[in-house]
Amino acid sequence: MTDLSKLTIASARDALRKGDVSSAELTNAYLGAIDGAGALNAFVHHTPDIAKAQAAAADIRIKAGDAPDMCGIPLGIKDLFCTKGVPSQAASGILDGFKPEYESTVTTQLFDAGAVMLGKLNMDEFAMGSSNETSVYGNAVSPWKIDDRQLTPGGSSGGSAAAVAADLCLGATGTDTGGSIRQPAAFTGITGIKPTYGRVSRWGVVAFASSLDQAGPMTKDVRDAAIMLAAMCGHDPKDSTSMDMPVPDFEAALTGDIKGKVIGIPKEYRMDGMSAAIEKLWDDGTSMLKDAGAVIREISLPHTKYALPAYYVIAPAEASSNLARYDGVRFGHRAKLAAGDGITEMYEKTRAEGFGPEVQRRVMIGTYVLSAGFYDAYYNRARKVRTLIKRDFDQVFASGVDAILTPATPSAAFGLGAMKNADPIQMYLNDVFTVTVNLAGLPGIAVPAGLDADGLPLGLQLIGRPWEEGDLLNVAYTLEQAAGFVAKPQKWW
Amino acid sequence: MSIDTETARRVAKLARIKVEDDALPALAQEFSAILGFIEQLNEVDVDGIAPMTSVTPQRLKRRADVVMDGNQQVAVMKNAPDAREGFFAVPKVVE
Repeated sequence: MTDLSKLTIASARDALRKGDVSSAELTNAYLGAIDGAGALNAFVHHTPDIAKAQAAAADIRIKAGDAPDMCGIPLGIKDLFCTKGVPSQAASGILDGFKPEYESTVTTQLFDAGAVMLGKLNMDEFAMGSSNETSVYGNAVSPWKIDDRQLTPGGSSGGSAAAVAADLCLGATGTDTGGSIRQPAAFTGITGIKPTYGRVSRWGVVAFASSLDQAGPMTKDVRDAAIMLAAMCGHDPKDSTSMDMPVPDFEAALTGDIKGKVIGIPKEYRMDGMSAAIEKLWDDGTSMLKDAGAVIREISLPHTKYALPAYYVIAPAEASSNLARYDGVRFGHRAKLAAGDGITEMYEKTRAEGFGPEVQRRVMIGTYVLSAGFYDAYYNRARKVRTLIKRDFDQVFASGVDAILTPATPSAAFGLGAMKNADPIQMYLNDVFTVTVNLAGLPGIAVPAGLDADGLPLGLQLIGRPWEEGDLLNVAYTLEQAAGFVAKPQKWW
Repeated sequence: MSIDTETARRVAKLARIKVEDDALPALAQEFSAILGFIEQLNEVDVDGIAPMTSVTPQRLKRRADVVMDGNQQVAVMKNAPDAREGFFAVPKVVE
Protein backbone atom coordinates (compact mmCIF):
# COMPACT_ATOMS: atom_id res chain seq x y z
CA MET A 1 0.00 0.00 0.00
CA THR A 2 1.34 3.39 -1.01
CA ASP A 3 1.75 5.91 1.81
CA LEU A 4 -0.25 8.78 0.36
CA SER A 5 0.98 11.21 2.99
CA LYS A 6 4.54 11.02 1.66
CA LEU A 7 3.72 11.12 -2.03
CA THR A 8 4.14 14.22 -4.20
CA ILE A 9 3.38 14.80 -7.87
CA ALA A 10 7.11 14.59 -8.61
CA SER A 11 7.66 11.35 -6.69
CA ALA A 12 4.47 9.78 -8.07
CA ARG A 13 5.53 10.74 -11.60
CA ASP A 14 8.89 9.05 -11.09
CA ALA A 15 7.31 5.96 -9.48
CA LEU A 16 4.77 5.68 -12.30
CA ARG A 17 7.49 5.88 -14.94
CA LYS A 18 9.60 3.28 -13.17
CA GLY A 19 6.60 0.97 -12.96
CA ASP A 20 6.71 0.87 -9.15
CA VAL A 21 3.03 1.82 -9.02
CA SER A 22 0.23 2.16 -11.54
CA SER A 23 -2.13 5.09 -11.91
CA ALA A 24 -5.00 2.67 -11.30
CA GLU A 25 -3.51 1.73 -7.91
CA LEU A 26 -2.87 5.35 -6.99
CA THR A 27 -6.33 6.38 -8.10
CA ASN A 28 -8.00 3.62 -6.08
CA ALA A 29 -6.00 4.60 -3.01
CA TYR A 30 -7.12 8.22 -3.32
CA LEU A 31 -10.74 7.27 -3.99
CA GLY A 32 -10.60 5.26 -0.76
CA ALA A 33 -9.10 8.19 1.13
CA ILE A 34 -11.84 10.47 -0.20
CA ASP A 35 -14.55 8.00 0.87
CA GLY A 36 -13.13 8.11 4.39
CA ALA A 37 -12.96 11.91 4.52
CA GLY A 38 -16.60 12.93 4.31
CA ALA A 39 -16.17 14.96 7.51
CA LEU A 40 -13.94 17.43 5.64
CA ASN A 41 -16.62 18.06 2.99
CA ALA A 42 -13.83 18.82 0.52
CA PHE A 43 -15.07 16.72 -2.40
CA VAL A 44 -18.64 17.68 -3.26
CA HIS A 45 -19.09 15.78 -6.53
CA HIS A 46 -17.36 12.41 -6.81
CA THR A 47 -16.29 11.12 -10.22
CA PRO A 48 -14.82 7.65 -9.56
CA ASP A 49 -15.86 6.27 -12.95
CA ILE A 50 -14.13 9.08 -14.82
CA ALA A 51 -11.10 8.72 -12.55
CA LYS A 52 -10.79 4.98 -13.18
CA ALA A 53 -11.15 5.38 -16.95
CA GLN A 54 -8.57 8.17 -17.02
CA ALA A 55 -6.20 6.13 -14.85
CA ALA A 56 -6.49 3.12 -17.16
CA ALA A 57 -5.77 5.31 -20.18
CA ALA A 58 -2.83 6.90 -18.34
CA ASP A 59 -1.34 3.49 -17.52
CA ILE A 60 -1.38 2.58 -21.21
CA ARG A 61 0.42 5.83 -22.08
CA ILE A 62 2.98 5.34 -19.33
CA LYS A 63 3.69 1.80 -20.51
CA ALA A 64 4.12 3.09 -24.06
CA GLY A 65 6.65 5.62 -22.81
CA ASP A 66 4.40 8.54 -23.81
CA ALA A 67 3.86 10.08 -20.41
CA PRO A 68 3.86 13.83 -19.77
CA ASP A 69 4.65 14.87 -16.18
CA MET A 70 1.00 14.94 -15.09
CA CYS A 71 0.15 11.58 -16.67
CA GLY A 72 -1.66 9.34 -14.21
CA ILE A 73 -1.62 11.95 -11.41
CA PRO A 74 -4.90 12.04 -9.39
CA LEU A 75 -6.21 15.58 -8.92
CA GLY A 76 -9.15 17.41 -7.42
CA ILE A 77 -10.85 20.10 -9.51
CA LYS A 78 -12.39 23.20 -7.97
CA ASP A 79 -16.12 23.38 -8.65
CA LEU A 80 -15.56 26.69 -10.49
CA PHE A 81 -14.11 24.82 -13.51
CA CYS A 82 -16.62 23.59 -16.07
CA THR A 83 -16.16 19.86 -16.56
CA LYS A 84 -18.14 18.22 -19.31
CA GLY A 85 -21.09 16.19 -18.08
CA VAL A 86 -20.09 16.68 -14.43
CA PRO A 87 -21.89 19.12 -12.11
CA SER A 88 -20.09 22.49 -12.14
CA GLN A 89 -21.95 24.79 -9.82
CA ALA A 90 -19.44 27.31 -8.48
CA ALA A 91 -20.87 26.15 -5.13
CA SER A 92 -24.04 28.10 -5.92
CA GLY A 93 -27.69 27.14 -5.76
CA ILE A 94 -28.30 29.10 -8.92
CA LEU A 95 -26.31 26.54 -10.93
CA ASP A 96 -28.10 23.61 -9.31
CA GLY A 97 -28.15 20.74 -11.78
CA PHE A 98 -25.89 22.47 -14.30
CA LYS A 99 -23.77 20.01 -16.25
CA PRO A 100 -21.66 21.80 -18.84
CA GLU A 101 -21.63 20.59 -22.40
CA TYR A 102 -18.00 21.66 -22.65
CA GLU A 103 -14.71 21.33 -20.83
CA SER A 104 -12.68 24.28 -19.49
CA THR A 105 -9.34 24.89 -21.19
CA VAL A 106 -7.42 24.21 -17.96
CA THR A 107 -9.06 20.83 -17.36
CA THR A 108 -8.75 19.99 -21.07
CA GLN A 109 -5.01 20.62 -20.87
CA LEU A 110 -4.65 18.63 -17.65
CA PHE A 111 -6.64 15.70 -19.06
CA ASP A 112 -4.73 15.83 -22.35
CA ALA A 113 -1.57 15.51 -20.25
CA GLY A 114 -3.05 12.37 -18.69
CA ALA A 115 -4.16 13.72 -15.31
CA VAL A 116 -6.94 11.96 -13.43
CA MET A 117 -9.97 13.80 -12.00
CA LEU A 118 -11.13 12.36 -8.67
CA GLY A 119 -14.00 14.80 -8.29
CA LYS A 120 -15.06 18.40 -7.80
CA LEU A 121 -13.99 20.44 -4.80
CA ASN A 122 -15.85 22.67 -2.39
CA MET A 123 -15.36 26.45 -2.48
CA ASP A 124 -17.04 29.70 -1.52
CA GLU A 125 -20.04 30.51 -3.69
CA PHE A 126 -18.78 32.06 -6.94
CA ALA A 127 -15.38 32.26 -5.20
CA MET A 128 -16.70 35.07 -2.99
CA GLY A 129 -15.42 34.41 0.50
CA SER A 130 -12.32 33.76 2.58
CA SER A 131 -13.48 30.84 4.73
CA ASN A 132 -15.48 28.48 2.50
CA GLU A 133 -18.56 29.34 4.56
CA THR A 134 -20.63 30.74 1.68
CA SER A 135 -20.86 27.42 -0.18
CA VAL A 136 -24.22 25.89 -1.04
CA TYR A 137 -22.63 22.55 -0.14
CA GLY A 138 -21.88 23.66 3.42
CA ASN A 139 -18.49 24.45 4.94
CA ALA A 140 -15.32 22.70 3.90
CA VAL A 141 -13.37 21.82 7.04
CA SER A 142 -9.63 22.07 7.55
CA PRO A 143 -7.82 18.83 8.37
CA TRP A 144 -5.89 20.86 10.96
CA LYS A 145 -7.35 20.70 14.45
CA ILE A 146 -5.99 21.95 17.77
CA ASP A 147 -9.07 21.79 20.01
CA ASP A 148 -12.80 21.09 19.77
CA ARG A 149 -13.32 23.69 17.09
CA GLN A 150 -13.57 22.98 13.40
CA LEU A 151 -11.25 25.34 11.58
CA THR A 152 -11.68 26.98 8.20
CA PRO A 153 -9.40 25.79 5.41
CA GLY A 154 -9.65 29.34 4.06
CA GLY A 155 -11.34 30.43 0.88
CA SER A 156 -12.41 30.61 -1.69
CA SER A 157 -10.43 27.50 -2.72
CA GLY A 158 -11.12 25.88 0.67
CA GLY A 159 -12.01 22.43 -0.65
CA SER A 160 -8.84 22.39 -2.76
CA ALA A 161 -6.70 23.32 0.25
CA ALA A 162 -8.36 20.81 2.57
CA ALA A 163 -8.08 18.01 -0.01
CA VAL A 164 -4.38 18.55 -0.69
CA ALA A 165 -3.49 19.02 2.99
CA ALA A 166 -5.41 15.87 3.96
CA ASP A 167 -3.77 13.77 1.20
CA LEU A 168 -7.04 13.22 -0.67
CA CYS A 169 -5.33 14.07 -3.97
CA LEU A 170 -1.83 14.92 -5.20
CA GLY A 171 -2.77 18.41 -6.31
CA ALA A 172 -5.81 20.55 -6.96
CA THR A 173 -6.83 23.40 -9.21
CA GLY A 174 -7.61 26.67 -7.49
CA THR A 175 -8.57 30.13 -8.64
CA ASP A 176 -7.49 33.44 -7.17
CA THR A 177 -9.29 36.76 -7.57
CA GLY A 178 -8.09 38.45 -4.36
CA GLY A 179 -6.14 35.72 -2.57
CA SER A 180 -8.30 32.62 -3.03
CA ILE A 181 -5.37 30.31 -3.78
CA ARG A 182 -2.75 31.83 -1.48
CA GLN A 183 -4.82 32.39 1.69
CA PRO A 184 -6.20 28.81 1.86
CA ALA A 185 -2.77 27.42 0.99
CA ALA A 186 -1.29 29.39 3.90
CA PHE A 187 -4.07 28.26 6.27
CA THR A 188 -3.49 24.57 5.51
CA GLY A 189 0.30 24.37 5.19
CA ILE A 190 0.45 23.77 1.45
CA THR A 191 1.81 25.66 -1.57
CA GLY A 192 -0.33 27.69 -3.97
CA ILE A 193 0.64 29.94 -6.85
CA LYS A 194 -1.42 32.52 -8.68
CA PRO A 195 0.35 33.11 -11.98
CA THR A 196 0.63 36.38 -13.91
CA TYR A 197 -2.72 37.56 -15.23
CA GLY A 198 -3.02 36.07 -18.72
CA ARG A 199 -0.74 33.09 -18.09
CA VAL A 200 -3.62 30.62 -17.68
CA SER A 201 -6.77 30.58 -19.80
CA ARG A 202 -9.95 31.63 -18.05
CA TRP A 203 -12.13 29.91 -20.64
CA GLY A 204 -14.64 27.60 -19.01
CA VAL A 205 -13.88 28.90 -15.53
CA VAL A 206 -17.02 30.44 -14.06
CA ALA A 207 -16.28 34.18 -14.05
CA PHE A 208 -16.21 36.25 -10.86
CA ALA A 209 -14.15 39.39 -11.69
CA SER A 210 -12.66 38.88 -15.12
CA SER A 211 -9.82 41.40 -14.84
CA LEU A 212 -8.58 39.75 -11.62
CA ASP A 213 -9.38 36.03 -11.95
CA GLN A 214 -6.51 33.61 -12.53
CA ALA A 215 -6.36 29.87 -12.04
CA GLY A 216 -3.36 28.10 -10.54
CA PRO A 217 -2.23 24.91 -8.83
CA MET A 218 -2.42 24.04 -5.13
CA THR A 219 0.12 21.40 -4.23
CA LYS A 220 2.18 19.88 -1.45
CA ASP A 221 5.39 21.63 -2.38
CA VAL A 222 7.00 24.11 -4.74
CA ARG A 223 8.30 21.51 -7.18
CA ASP A 224 4.79 20.14 -7.62
CA ALA A 225 3.48 23.67 -8.14
CA ALA A 226 6.05 24.16 -10.92
CA ILE A 227 5.09 20.88 -12.59
CA MET A 228 1.34 21.39 -12.41
CA LEU A 229 1.47 25.07 -13.34
CA ALA A 230 3.31 24.24 -16.57
CA ALA A 231 0.50 21.88 -17.53
CA MET A 232 -2.16 24.54 -16.88
CA CYS A 233 -0.46 27.44 -18.73
CA GLY A 234 -0.47 28.48 -22.33
CA HIS A 235 -2.13 30.65 -24.90
CA ASP A 236 -5.78 29.93 -25.62
CA PRO A 237 -7.53 31.57 -28.57
CA LYS A 238 -10.78 31.25 -26.60
CA ASP A 239 -9.54 33.69 -23.92
CA SER A 240 -8.54 36.95 -25.56
CA THR A 241 -6.63 38.02 -22.45
CA SER A 242 -4.45 34.90 -22.41
CA MET A 243 -0.90 35.76 -23.41
CA ASP A 244 0.63 34.26 -26.52
CA MET A 245 4.09 33.46 -25.22
CA PRO A 246 6.05 30.29 -24.63
CA VAL A 247 5.63 28.41 -21.35
CA PRO A 248 9.07 27.88 -19.79
CA ASP A 249 10.12 24.71 -18.00
CA PHE A 250 9.29 25.91 -14.50
CA GLU A 251 10.67 22.81 -12.81
CA ALA A 252 14.06 23.34 -14.46
CA ALA A 253 14.14 26.80 -12.89
CA LEU A 254 14.32 25.27 -9.39
CA THR A 255 18.05 25.49 -8.84
CA GLY A 256 17.98 26.74 -5.26
CA ASP A 257 20.50 29.38 -6.26
CA ILE A 258 19.31 32.92 -5.48
CA LYS A 259 22.71 34.52 -4.89
CA GLY A 260 22.56 38.22 -5.64
CA LYS A 261 18.78 38.27 -6.13
CA VAL A 262 17.25 41.37 -4.63
CA ILE A 263 14.32 40.67 -2.29
CA GLY A 264 12.12 43.63 -1.39
CA ILE A 265 10.52 43.93 2.04
CA PRO A 266 7.62 46.41 1.74
CA LYS A 267 7.31 48.57 4.83
CA GLU A 268 3.59 49.21 4.25
CA TYR A 269 2.86 45.52 4.88
CA ARG A 270 3.97 45.90 8.50
CA MET A 271 0.46 46.68 9.66
CA ASP A 272 -0.58 48.12 13.00
CA GLY A 273 -1.60 45.37 15.37
CA MET A 274 0.08 42.66 13.34
CA SER A 275 0.48 39.52 15.44
CA ALA A 276 3.90 38.78 16.86
CA ALA A 277 3.84 35.32 15.28
CA ILE A 278 3.34 36.74 11.79
CA GLU A 279 6.01 39.37 12.36
CA LYS A 280 8.50 36.76 13.52
CA LEU A 281 7.67 34.48 10.59
CA TRP A 282 8.30 37.33 8.19
CA ASP A 283 11.61 38.25 9.85
CA ASP A 284 12.69 34.59 9.86
CA GLY A 285 11.83 34.25 6.17
CA THR A 286 13.84 37.37 5.42
CA SER A 287 16.85 35.93 7.25
CA MET A 288 16.53 32.64 5.39
CA LEU A 289 16.65 34.35 2.00
CA LYS A 290 19.55 36.51 3.16
CA ASP A 291 21.45 33.44 4.33
CA ALA A 292 20.84 31.90 0.91
CA GLY A 293 22.71 34.80 -0.65
CA ALA A 294 19.89 37.19 -1.53
CA VAL A 295 20.21 40.94 -1.04
CA ILE A 296 17.48 42.26 1.25
CA ARG A 297 16.16 45.73 0.53
CA GLU A 298 13.42 47.68 2.29
CA ILE A 299 10.98 49.01 -0.29
CA SER A 300 7.88 51.16 -0.32
CA LEU A 301 4.57 50.41 -2.01
CA PRO A 302 2.78 53.56 -0.93
CA HIS A 303 -0.73 52.74 -2.20
CA THR A 304 -0.99 49.39 -0.42
CA LYS A 305 -3.56 50.71 2.02
CA TYR A 306 -5.96 51.47 -0.81
CA ALA A 307 -5.81 48.07 -2.47
CA LEU A 308 -8.59 46.48 -0.45
CA PRO A 309 -11.09 49.32 -0.91
CA ALA A 310 -10.24 49.51 -4.64
CA TYR A 311 -10.75 45.76 -4.87
CA TYR A 312 -14.14 46.03 -3.18
CA VAL A 313 -15.27 48.37 -5.93
CA ILE A 314 -13.73 46.64 -8.95
CA ALA A 315 -14.47 43.02 -8.04
CA PRO A 316 -18.16 43.56 -7.18
CA ALA A 317 -18.60 45.77 -10.26
CA GLU A 318 -17.28 43.06 -12.53
CA ALA A 319 -19.22 40.42 -10.61
CA SER A 320 -22.51 42.28 -10.98
CA SER A 321 -21.92 42.31 -14.72
CA ASN A 322 -20.70 38.71 -14.99
CA LEU A 323 -23.46 37.32 -12.80
CA ALA A 324 -26.19 39.05 -14.80
CA ARG A 325 -26.25 35.89 -16.92
CA TYR A 326 -27.88 33.90 -14.10
CA ASP A 327 -31.43 34.78 -14.99
CA GLY A 328 -33.19 31.42 -14.91
CA VAL A 329 -33.49 31.27 -18.70
CA ARG A 330 -30.61 29.31 -20.19
CA PHE A 331 -29.19 27.19 -17.38
CA GLY A 332 -29.43 26.49 -13.69
CA HIS A 333 -32.19 27.25 -11.24
CA ARG A 334 -35.49 28.94 -12.08
CA ALA A 335 -37.86 29.95 -9.29
CA LYS A 336 -41.41 28.63 -9.21
CA LEU A 337 -43.63 31.47 -10.27
CA ALA A 338 -46.98 32.60 -8.95
CA ALA A 339 -49.97 33.18 -11.19
CA GLY A 340 -49.53 36.45 -13.04
CA ASP A 341 -45.77 36.69 -12.51
CA GLY A 342 -43.98 38.15 -15.51
CA ILE A 343 -40.38 37.94 -16.63
CA THR A 344 -39.14 40.54 -14.14
CA GLU A 345 -40.58 38.55 -11.23
CA MET A 346 -38.93 35.45 -12.71
CA TYR A 347 -35.52 37.16 -12.70
CA GLU A 348 -35.95 38.62 -9.23
CA LYS A 349 -37.25 35.47 -7.54
CA THR A 350 -34.74 33.23 -9.31
CA ARG A 351 -31.78 35.37 -8.26
CA ALA A 352 -33.07 35.82 -4.69
CA GLU A 353 -33.45 32.05 -4.30
CA GLY A 354 -30.32 31.04 -6.20
CA PHE A 355 -27.69 33.44 -4.84
CA GLY A 356 -26.54 33.27 -1.21
CA PRO A 357 -26.31 36.40 0.98
CA GLU A 358 -22.64 37.26 0.26
CA VAL A 359 -23.12 36.95 -3.51
CA GLN A 360 -26.27 39.05 -3.35
CA ARG A 361 -24.44 41.65 -1.32
CA ARG A 362 -21.56 41.89 -3.80
CA VAL A 363 -23.81 41.93 -6.87
CA MET A 364 -25.78 44.80 -5.36
CA ILE A 365 -22.66 46.73 -4.30
CA GLY A 366 -21.37 46.27 -7.83
CA THR A 367 -24.67 47.44 -9.27
CA TYR A 368 -24.54 50.51 -7.05
CA VAL A 369 -20.98 51.56 -7.90
CA LEU A 370 -21.73 51.19 -11.61
CA SER A 371 -25.06 53.02 -11.48
CA ALA A 372 -25.64 56.39 -13.06
CA GLY A 373 -24.21 59.19 -10.94
CA PHE A 374 -21.77 56.95 -9.02
CA TYR A 375 -19.74 55.42 -11.82
CA ASP A 376 -17.11 58.16 -11.75
CA ALA A 377 -17.03 58.58 -7.99
CA TYR A 378 -16.53 54.89 -7.28
CA TYR A 379 -15.71 52.74 -10.27
CA ASN A 380 -13.48 55.11 -12.22
CA ARG A 381 -11.74 56.30 -9.08
CA ALA A 382 -11.02 52.71 -8.09
CA ARG A 383 -9.58 52.00 -11.55
CA LYS A 384 -7.31 55.03 -11.20
CA VAL A 385 -6.14 53.83 -7.81
CA ARG A 386 -5.51 50.46 -9.41
CA THR A 387 -3.21 52.18 -11.92
CA LEU A 388 -1.28 53.67 -8.98
CA ILE A 389 -1.04 50.32 -7.19
CA LYS A 390 0.42 48.72 -10.28
CA ARG A 391 2.79 51.66 -10.72
CA ASP A 392 4.11 51.13 -7.19
CA PHE A 393 5.15 47.61 -8.20
CA ASP A 394 6.48 48.68 -11.61
CA GLN A 395 8.76 51.22 -9.94
CA VAL A 396 10.05 48.72 -7.41
CA PHE A 397 10.82 46.15 -10.09
CA ALA A 398 12.43 48.80 -12.31
CA SER A 399 14.74 49.67 -9.41
CA GLY A 400 16.16 46.15 -9.53
CA VAL A 401 14.01 44.20 -7.09
CA ASP A 402 13.54 40.59 -8.21
CA ALA A 403 10.86 39.45 -5.78
CA ILE A 404 8.97 40.75 -2.77
CA LEU A 405 8.49 38.88 0.51
CA THR A 406 5.39 39.47 2.64
CA PRO A 407 3.19 37.51 5.03
CA ALA A 408 0.47 35.57 3.20
CA THR A 409 -2.28 36.22 5.76
CA PRO A 410 -2.74 38.43 8.84
CA SER A 411 -3.41 35.40 11.06
CA ALA A 412 -3.57 31.61 11.19
CA ALA A 413 -6.83 29.82 10.34
CA PHE A 414 -9.82 30.77 12.48
CA GLY A 415 -12.75 28.67 13.64
CA LEU A 416 -15.68 28.04 11.33
CA GLY A 417 -18.47 30.31 12.49
CA ALA A 418 -16.09 32.60 14.38
CA MET A 419 -16.77 35.47 11.97
CA LYS A 420 -20.52 34.93 11.83
CA ASN A 421 -21.40 38.14 13.61
CA ALA A 422 -18.51 40.20 12.30
CA ASP A 423 -19.30 42.79 9.66
CA PRO A 424 -18.33 41.78 6.10
CA ILE A 425 -15.27 44.04 6.09
CA GLN A 426 -13.64 41.99 8.86
CA MET A 427 -13.75 38.98 6.57
CA TYR A 428 -12.44 41.04 3.64
CA LEU A 429 -9.31 41.89 5.68
CA ASN A 430 -8.11 38.31 5.20
CA ASP A 431 -6.97 39.35 1.74
CA VAL A 432 -5.05 42.44 2.81
CA PHE A 433 -1.64 41.02 1.78
CA THR A 434 -2.75 39.16 -1.33
CA VAL A 435 -5.19 41.47 -3.10
CA THR A 436 -2.54 43.93 -4.33
CA VAL A 437 -1.08 41.14 -6.47
CA ASN A 438 -4.36 40.61 -8.34
CA LEU A 439 -4.84 44.32 -8.89
CA ALA A 440 -1.33 44.54 -10.38
CA GLY A 441 -1.70 41.29 -12.38
CA LEU A 442 1.47 39.82 -10.85
CA PRO A 443 2.42 36.26 -9.95
CA GLY A 444 2.27 35.44 -6.24
CA ILE A 445 2.98 32.27 -4.32
CA ALA A 446 2.23 31.18 -0.75
CA VAL A 447 4.76 28.87 0.86
CA PRO A 448 4.28 27.26 4.29
CA ALA A 449 7.01 28.61 6.56
CA GLY A 450 6.18 27.79 10.15
CA LEU A 451 3.64 27.08 12.87
CA ASP A 452 2.09 29.51 15.33
CA ALA A 453 2.08 28.93 19.09
CA ASP A 454 -1.04 26.74 18.76
CA GLY A 455 0.57 24.56 16.12
CA LEU A 456 -1.30 25.95 13.13
CA PRO A 457 0.49 26.57 9.82
CA LEU A 458 1.50 30.04 8.68
CA GLY A 459 2.58 30.99 5.18
CA LEU A 460 4.77 33.58 3.55
CA GLN A 461 4.01 35.16 0.21
CA LEU A 462 6.49 35.90 -2.54
CA ILE A 463 5.51 38.27 -5.33
CA GLY A 464 7.35 38.15 -8.64
CA ARG A 465 7.86 40.16 -11.79
CA PRO A 466 5.21 39.65 -14.47
CA TRP A 467 5.78 36.50 -16.57
CA GLU A 468 8.72 35.43 -14.40
CA GLU A 469 7.02 32.59 -12.56
CA GLY A 470 10.17 30.49 -13.04
CA ASP A 471 12.31 32.91 -11.06
CA LEU A 472 9.57 33.33 -8.48
CA LEU A 473 9.24 29.57 -8.04
CA ASN A 474 12.99 29.32 -7.58
CA VAL A 475 12.96 31.89 -4.76
CA ALA A 476 9.99 30.04 -3.23
CA TYR A 477 11.88 26.76 -3.57
CA THR A 478 14.87 28.26 -1.77
CA LEU A 479 12.63 29.56 1.01
CA GLU A 480 10.93 26.16 1.26
CA GLN A 481 14.26 24.36 1.59
CA ALA A 482 15.39 26.76 4.31
CA ALA A 483 12.09 26.72 6.23
CA GLY A 484 11.93 22.93 6.16
CA PHE A 485 8.20 22.88 6.88
CA VAL A 486 7.16 19.24 7.34
CA ALA A 487 4.21 19.45 9.75
CA LYS A 488 1.09 17.54 8.75
CA PRO A 489 -2.38 17.51 10.29
CA GLN A 490 -3.12 14.55 12.56
CA LYS A 491 -5.88 12.44 11.05
CA TRP A 492 -9.13 12.88 13.05
CA TRP A 493 -11.68 12.53 10.24
CA MET B 1 -22.15 57.82 2.46
CA SER B 2 -25.19 56.54 4.26
CA ILE B 3 -27.56 54.45 2.17
CA ASP B 4 -31.24 54.77 2.98
CA THR B 5 -33.89 52.10 2.62
CA GLU B 6 -35.21 53.58 -0.62
CA THR B 7 -31.75 53.45 -2.23
CA ALA B 8 -31.34 49.85 -1.10
CA ARG B 9 -34.70 49.04 -2.69
CA ARG B 10 -33.64 50.72 -5.94
CA VAL B 11 -30.31 48.88 -6.06
CA ALA B 12 -32.01 45.53 -5.42
CA LYS B 13 -34.41 46.32 -8.26
CA LEU B 14 -31.56 47.26 -10.62
CA ALA B 15 -29.76 44.03 -9.70
CA ARG B 16 -32.98 42.05 -10.24
CA ILE B 17 -32.80 40.47 -6.80
CA LYS B 18 -36.03 40.29 -4.81
CA VAL B 19 -35.52 41.68 -1.32
CA GLU B 20 -38.48 41.69 1.08
CA ASP B 21 -39.38 45.03 2.62
CA ASP B 22 -38.45 43.96 6.13
CA ALA B 23 -34.92 43.02 4.97
CA LEU B 24 -34.21 46.43 3.41
CA PRO B 25 -33.08 48.37 6.52
CA ALA B 26 -30.41 45.77 7.39
CA LEU B 27 -29.29 45.70 3.76
CA ALA B 28 -29.03 49.49 3.69
CA GLN B 29 -26.90 49.36 6.83
CA GLU B 30 -24.53 46.80 5.27
CA PHE B 31 -24.20 48.91 2.13
CA SER B 32 -23.39 51.94 4.24
CA ALA B 33 -20.64 50.08 6.08
CA ILE B 34 -19.06 48.75 2.89
CA LEU B 35 -19.31 52.08 1.08
CA GLY B 36 -17.83 53.78 4.13
CA PHE B 37 -14.86 51.46 3.81
CA ILE B 38 -14.59 52.15 0.08
CA GLU B 39 -14.63 55.89 0.65
CA GLN B 40 -11.02 55.75 1.85
CA LEU B 41 -10.29 56.00 -1.87
CA ASN B 42 -11.19 59.67 -1.70
CA GLU B 43 -7.91 60.28 0.16
CA VAL B 44 -5.90 59.34 -2.93
CA ASP B 45 -4.78 62.04 -5.34
CA VAL B 46 -5.79 60.63 -8.73
CA ASP B 47 -5.41 63.83 -10.75
CA GLY B 48 -4.06 63.05 -14.19
CA ILE B 49 -4.10 59.28 -13.58
CA ALA B 50 -5.70 57.15 -16.26
CA PRO B 51 -8.15 54.48 -15.11
CA MET B 52 -6.72 51.03 -15.70
CA THR B 53 -8.20 49.25 -18.70
CA SER B 54 -5.80 46.34 -18.98
CA VAL B 55 -3.43 45.04 -16.34
CA THR B 56 -1.05 43.57 -18.91
CA PRO B 57 0.19 45.85 -21.68
CA GLN B 58 -1.20 43.70 -24.43
CA ARG B 59 -3.30 44.34 -27.49
CA LEU B 60 -6.24 41.97 -27.53
CA LYS B 61 -5.68 39.11 -29.94
CA ARG B 62 -7.86 39.07 -32.97
CA ARG B 63 -8.94 36.08 -34.96
CA ALA B 64 -10.10 35.67 -38.52
CA ASP B 65 -13.77 36.60 -38.96
CA VAL B 66 -14.91 33.10 -39.83
CA VAL B 67 -17.38 30.62 -38.40
CA MET B 68 -15.52 28.45 -35.88
CA ASP B 69 -18.33 26.48 -34.39
CA GLY B 70 -22.04 26.01 -34.84
CA ASN B 71 -25.00 23.66 -35.12
CA GLN B 72 -24.96 23.21 -31.36
CA GLN B 73 -28.66 23.77 -30.69
CA VAL B 74 -29.12 20.61 -28.66
CA ALA B 75 -26.05 21.30 -26.49
CA VAL B 76 -27.04 24.94 -26.03
CA MET B 77 -30.57 24.04 -24.87
CA LYS B 78 -29.51 21.09 -22.78
CA ASN B 79 -29.35 22.91 -19.41
CA ALA B 80 -32.34 25.18 -19.90
CA PRO B 81 -34.97 25.05 -17.13
CA ASP B 82 -37.69 25.26 -19.79
CA ALA B 83 -36.88 24.65 -23.45
CA ARG B 84 -39.50 23.93 -26.06
CA GLU B 85 -39.11 23.20 -29.76
CA GLY B 86 -35.65 24.70 -29.89
CA PHE B 87 -36.53 27.83 -27.92
CA PHE B 88 -35.96 29.03 -24.37
CA ALA B 89 -39.40 29.43 -22.81
CA VAL B 90 -40.07 32.38 -20.46
CA PRO B 91 -43.22 33.97 -19.03
CA LYS B 92 -45.16 36.19 -21.38
CA VAL B 93 -43.16 39.37 -22.06
CA VAL B 94 -45.59 41.30 -24.27
CA GLU B 95 -49.26 41.65 -23.39
